Amino acid sequence: MPEMTKQRPKYLALHEIRLPLAGFASILHRVSGAGLFLMLPLLIWLLQLSLGTSSDSAEMFAAVTGNWLVKLILLGLLWAFLHHFCMGVRILLIDVHVGVEKQQAHGSAMAVMVVSLALTLVFGLKLLGAY
Amino acid sequence: MNRLVVGAHYGLKDWLAQRITAIVMAVYTLIIFAATLGGATASREAWHAFMAHGFIRFITFLFIVSLCYHAWVGIRDIWMDYIKPAAIRVTLHVLTLLALVGYAGWATQIIWRL
Repeated sequence: MPEMTKQRPKYLALHEIRLPLAGFASILHRVSGAGLFLMLPLLIWLLQLSLGTSSDSAEMFAAVTGNWLVKLILLGLLWAFLHHFCMGVRILLIDVHVGVEKQQAHGSAMAVMVVSLALTLVFGLKLLGAY
Repeated sequence: MNRLVVGAHYGLKDWLAQRITAIVMAVYTLIIFAATLGGATASREAWHAFMAHGFIRFITFLFIVSLCYHAWVGIRDIWMDYIKPAAIRVTLHVLTLLALVGYAGWATQIIWRL
């Protein structure tokens, strides 16, 4: 029985393991969630500044959101939110047995990646003041 | 009789809570997005008036509570997956919990004094 003697991986060679797209989208769900959590203080602070009634808070809001580093972080958080949102919808659909088959699950993972990146582009251009 | 009991039996409750809080946040997101299309963010005054509305304040509070609970379950799972030493893990759990409770109070205070 030659099949019995075939070489099996004895260790996890990470550079040889190809994570399926659904697995890649899934780990990004975790990464995006962690990023959003870490940046929560920034987001709450911006909410506070956006709702402040003094002219100080208006100036501060404009100054902070005008900073290119903050813009870059917000762009990253925008993607993180959109990916987490789309992936969350996918998870909820799979919970109710929609798209459980391998082919469909691969397709929905691709849809999550594409849609979240496309929406990041659309809203990101707004964030950067392109329109 | 020696019986090994494993787990704290919070799995199903947290699984369900993660779904419910996700739905609350998703619906809130769509409401806020629709509001921005309707001009709620056209000016600082419009934004302030929108967020000060009683119903919006009510659902914003629900969003804040949902977010913090959702983040607690998610971040705790990350610590449980990657951090093995019990002392470090418990410390991270406590710090996460304290941060989230503080954020919830801070964010609530922002919308409640409008």
